[in-house]
Amino acid sequence: MTPAAIEVRALKKSYGDFDAVKGIDLRVEQGEIFSLLGPNGAGKTTTVEILEGHRTRSSGEVTVLGHDPGEGERSYKARIGIVLQETGVERFLTVAEAIDRFRGFYPNPRPLDEIIEVVGLQEKRNDRVRKLSGGQQRRLDVAIGLAGDPELLFLDEPTTGFDPTARRNAWEMVRNLAGLGKTVFLTTHYMDEAQHLADRVAIIVGGRIVAEGPPGSLVGDSATQTKIRFRLPPGSPPLPSAAAQASRSHDEVALRTSEPLPVLHALTEWAIENDVALQELSVSQPSLEDVYLDLTRPDHGGDP
Amino acid sequence: MNAVAMTLKQFGYENKAFWRNPAAAFFTFVFPLMFLVIFNGLFEETQFYVPAIGAFAVITACFTNIAMGVTIARDQGVLKRIRGTPLPAASYLVGRVLHAVFIALILVGIVTLAGALFYGVDPPSDPGRFMATLAVGAASFCALGLGFTALIPNEEAAPAVVNAAVLPLSFVSDIFIPSDHAPAWMQTIADIFPIKHFAQAMLASFDPTFQAWTSTDLVVLGIWGGAGLLAALRFFSWEPRR
Repeated sequence: MTPAAIEVRALKKSYGDFDAVKGIDLRVEQGEIFSLLGPNGAGKTTTVEILEGHRTRSSGEVTVLGHDPGEGERSYKARIGIVLQETGVERFLTVAEAIDRFRGFYPNPRPLDEIIEVVGLQEKRNDRVRKLSGGQQRRLDVAIGLAGDPELLFLDEPTTGFDPTARRNAWEMVRNLAGLGKTVFLTTHYMDEAQHLADRVAIIVGGRIVAEGPPGSLVGDSATQTKIRFRLPPGSPPLPSAAAQASRSHDEVALRTSEPLPVLHALTEWAIENDVALQELSVSQPSLEDVYLDLTRPDHGGDP
Repeated sequence: MNAVAMTLKQFGYENKAFWRNPAAAFFTFVFPLMFLVIFNGLFEETQFYVPAIGAFAVITACFTNIAMGVTIARDQGVLKRIRGTPLPAASYLVGRVLHAVFIALILVGIVTLAGALFYGVDPPSDPGRFMATLAVGAASFCALGLGFTALIPNEEAAPAVVNAAVLPLSFVSDIFIPSDHAPAWMQTIADIFPIKHFAQAMLASFDPTFQAWTSTDLVVLGIWGGAGLLAALRFFSWEPRR
């Protein structure tokens, strides 16, 4: 069995009396796109920064690419790439110079032209950094993260501030990286981003992992219910008992169920018998976002 | 690549970026020259003002520039990003320090040349003492600049905090006005801090008959530099502070 890219056991981090991370286990395989999700203050940033070597842990075991990031070894830093949320680049250098400067820090840098191409900044390569748009600066951030041809790339909110097209392009880019055999550790606030990109996700709430697995199976296994919606004109006969707990506002009816099939059966049978059109009938699977919102609700178990 | 070559490369990038911002570069050089012209015009004490403004140029280029620039780099995440790479942390900072010293030497050269050409002030009579003063002064004020960043809460506050440290002391430390007639308590305060010792060493290296040379000045300056370096090693922050 190939060793995991990231292996975390019983990781804890306290700041004074406050336990930010309360004992988490994680395993990320090589070549995987793994996404850590969680609300602000859940311990997400603390966890990522411990993996990156920016913070020390209080206890637990952490192994990344066979190194202990807490040692701060240069040989470890040479194998990872970090794209932080807020980063500055010397504004008066050109795109090519800024990337080249960072390439010089690594023993085996990735060729400059390749990096510029992966992030799609070919047309801007000789422009000053200060002339770039917000989205282009973010791509430059990713480019700098790739400078050392890392085996593992940490991406923190890589598409914040992107327009929809730029986001799709960025996703394509992340998939390309995974295609090259890189491991990607992604943190994001966008659930659709995690659902599209990640092979596996973990959701952290109150310093603990509350769910983990491929996005599809998280959604499938969750207690989050399927949504059934339709319109019902006023004066329609009462709904069948299977749909009794439906919520109505004006002529819109919505109900949630973990057993959509019998409910739909009862509903359509009732509609035909009573000659009611279930206008705009829709049945929606819970998305990763629904599951996430359920798990991160303040009243949902875990710690307050 | 070895650490020296890496550090020199960082110096190269800092230098390239510096000259690409012409407005900032222009005023870096014009600022001390403006003081030279104004004070010499007002007081006609050329034998005082050429070395004194030379000292002020070194303080501006080393202390002020490092303290502000490194604080901005810290709060914009530049330092944190560098720290996540295999570049030795010191290489980046030493690259910046080398660039600050480089600019300081150009400034002192310009001030000395202007003094000789326009104000009839002879170049330093003792080049050895002059070089020693510049070396100890530049190194100490760079180290103090690095240590001082720990006292600056955020990048917006940097100019105010740095100027509050430099300007009042400069008025009582033989930079803007000779301090002979200052009240004793002001002289005592100035004697504690490094600016006056640096100014007096500069004055003495230009003309020891105008100001007597004493190696005590360089010793005090060096002690301050060492304290700055210790403060930097102990309190320097790589993380944005906001």
